[in-house]
Amino acid sequence: MRTVHDIHGGIHPPERKALSRPGELTDAPIPPQLVMPLRQHLGVPAQPTVEVGDTVLGDQQIAAAQGVMSVPVHAPTSGTVVAIESRPIAHASGLEDQCIVIETDGHHRCLDAVGTDDWRALDAITLVERIREAGIAGMGGAGFPTAVKLSPGPERPIETLLINGTECEPYITADDTLMQCHADELIEGAQILAHVVSADAILIGIEDNKPGAIAAVEAAIARADADIELATFPTKYPSGGEKQIIEILTGQQVPSGGIPADIGLVCVNPGTAVAAKRAIIDGKPLTHRIVTLTGEALKNPQNVSACLGTPITALMAHAGLNAIAPQRVIHGGPMMGFAVSNLQAPITKITNCLLAPTATELPVPEPAKPCIRCGHCAEACPASLLPQQLYWYARAKDQEQLAEHRLFDCIECGACAYVCPSQIPLVQYYRAAKGQIRDSEQEKRRSDNSRGRFEARQARLETEAAAREAKRAARKAAAQSKADAEGADPIQAAIERAKARKADQDKEPEQTS
Amino acid sequence: MSLLKVTSPHASGQSRVSAVMRDVLVATVPGVLVLTGYFGPGTLINIILGGLVAIAAEYAVVAMRGRDPRVAVSDLSVLVTSTLLCIALPPYAPWWLIAIGVLTSVLLGKQVFGGLGYNPFNPAMVGYVVLLISFPVQMSAWAPPRGLAEVPGLGDTLRHVFAPTTIDAVTAATPLDLLRQNTGLLFDDLLRTSAELTSWGGIGWFEANLAFLVGGIWLLYRRVFTWHAPIAMLVALAVCALMGYDGGSSESGGSALFHLFSGATMFAAFFIITDPVSSAVSNRGRLIFGALIGALIYLIRTLGNYPDAVAFAVLILNFCAPFIDHYTQPKVYGTGKAGSKET
Ligand code: SF4
Ligand code: SF4
Repeated sequence: MRTVHDIHGGIHPPERKALSRPGELTDAPIPPQLVMPLRQHLGVPAQPTVEVGDTVLGDQQIAAAQGVMSVPVHAPTSGTVVAIESRPIAHASGLEDQCIVIETDGHHRCLDAVGTDDWRALDAITLVERIREAGIAGMGGAGFPTAVKLSPGPERPIETLLINGTECEPYITADDTLMQCHADELIEGAQILAHVVSADAILIGIEDNKPGAIAAVEAAIARADADIELATFPTKYPSGGEKQIIEILTGQQVPSGGIPADIGLVCVNPGTAVAAKRAIIDGKPLTHRIVTLTGEALKNPQNVSACLGTPITALMAHAGLNAIAPQRVIHGGPMMGFAVSNLQAPITKITNCLLAPTATELPVPEPAKPCIRCGHCAEACPASLLPQQLYWYARAKDQEQLAEHRLFDCIECGACAYVCPSQIPLVQYYRAAKGQIRDSEQEKRRSDNSRGRFEARQARLETEAAAREAKRAARKAAAQSKADAEGADPIQAAIERAKARKADQDKEPEQTS
Repeated sequence: MSLLKVTSPHASGQSRVSAVMRDVLVATVPGVLVLTGYFGPGTLINIILGGLVAIAAEYAVVAMRGRDPRVAVSDLSVLVTSTLLCIALPPYAPWWLIAIGVLTSVLLGKQVFGGLGYNPFNPAMVGYVVLLISFPVQMSAWAPPRGLAEVPGLGDTLRHVFAPTTIDAVTAATPLDLLRQNTGLLFDDLLRTSAELTSWGGIGWFEANLAFLVGGIWLLYRRVFTWHAPIAMLVALAVCALMGYDGGSSESGGSALFHLFSGATMFAAFFIITDPVSSAVSNRGRLIFGALIGALIYLIRTLGNYPDAVAFAVLILNFCAPFIDHYTQPKVYGTGKAGSKET
């Protein structure tokens, strides 16, 4: 039995997970239109490979990765490309982004899939490439390209592949449902990923509030007779933070500013592992995902497997949204999710939950009161920060103190704001402060660059001027001595000077930079 | 459908400032009851009078600032300040003393800095110290406990408060006064000659300390504050007293028990130094903050010129709190040695 370590802080908000009946999974209907954002991951958007008017089949690539920090996009079903344009997307900033719009034909004709059972014969590079080509990005929330995560480089040997089945946010049951319904695929996927990163061990961590998932995964491990360790640990938010689960299960902390691979770990979400299995063994790209539709404003809260690109409004209608204005629909969970600004926005690879709460369920926050420095926030902070001090310095825009108090180690989990008796939207201040610091750092880099260029040019001009001066002096001296020697022939001297000048000019073309 | 724009987190816990303040007020009840039982209704009158002045002052200042005064008053913080001050004032204090004290606390202690959350010093202690320096006679006029003198009824009390001419009638030295004024007697002799003194701190005082301890433990249970500052203060005070106690000579500073249960010890530990705004922020910082206050209380009690020392000790440490904070930042996740165990 593995010793489970405690993390600092943490909170126990009401879980509300039973609401969406974890473990039951149905397919969401295919909507008439799918809106496929070119960037559903963290990094560089994909490049469309289809044109308006093209017919596409299910699983067909419609946009290709551009470089390492990019993943391709595939059509979830057959249909016609009707637009490639800017559409509202589900993003905290509430912006629009380039999307490929597919009118579905309802036939769901797909490309023939080519997978392999003999993946152990393939080398890591091939497998990583297939995973990238399948469009897989982290499905836990950040959407980090999985291929990048699987390539930590030779200087970071990996000991353990960690499957993070914590799902600690209230309400969300997508991973729970996935682990219950697709446990065998999860085990296969985990084995593939471990093979890719040459990990010696596979560890699956699940919070103890998911007995269904724990039993299903245990049974699947036994069926596969796999050497996989399943660890359970007490429920507490935010145990599912990557850094947190690593500390819980290993007692080690990921160095500040580092990645888990620095301490020999690669940590992925169960959805990512299942997607990897489907990519390699079934030859299927990532086109669907499990989304929890929940909240008391829904008549039928549930988990669905939905086509990526399905508009949020279609899923809300499917679950019976009882629209009472003003309504809040949260993309993600109640702790870290963001309020969607346009329900026409589609779901993407990172959409694990759509939460439609009633006003009594999650009341709109009261106006903030002053910080009374009670310290409850510091007690709750899983990163051992002092949120009250960060708040103070964020308001004072004191970037030096913010760095001193390690603002960038804040994982924006919201535990501090949850416990704050003054109802201060602390995380909002931290996000804003981080943004400002990033901006001013960029500004500084730019001005450093231009100052550097300016100084280098200045120095070059000075040395050139000095060199010219030295040459002139030398020439003068030479001419003088020649004149002295030749008995002062002014014409000859003038010719000499002209010759010397000509030679100088040939040697030194005018600097134009 | 109109969509609400709110940033995460969307869920919030139950804790509210006004609830925290209400808990503090409730926790003072046992102590106030004991004080009333032993010294008569003086403390109660202090609290009511002080509360009215405090609410009026806060309301007026916040309204002048152009903010909603009802919001400010409803967080109950001003009532906590005035109540704590009024518990510390002698019962039967004249009305003007109470008014001046409360106004100083609210205006000079809190509002000049910008109101709740911005005051570097404990507002109740600011008011207390200003009174102590300005009106030393009235401030040392503590009442004798029941059993040693007639405890005044409500009518007499009100007369004392609003027509304070007969102040001598209700004045007695507190146990800490006695200890301070003592020059020649052994502690045991002092005990014998002074009826109000017991080795446990004095009649009424011991019980009041016990009652504030009970209130404090309830606040700990309610998680209004953590144990760090109060326990550190009590331990430091006890350790100092143990070191300074020589068994009871005239020079002796009084036993550890005597110090823990006399004067404002428990009241200070659980109601004064736990004011979050003016204390250190981290748990480690609060340990240091509390311990230094405990040590200072002992030093001022035994060496200083004032009988009790809580107010001065607290103000001095309020001043030091930012420095303590600077040196006690907790170790942030991932900033230890790479891959190290949690420190
Ligand atoms: S919980 Fe809120 S009021 Fe308390 S110290 Fe933190 S920020 Fe201030
Ligand atoms: S949001 Fe940041 S500061 Fe607040 S508890 Fe989480 S990690 Fe700590």
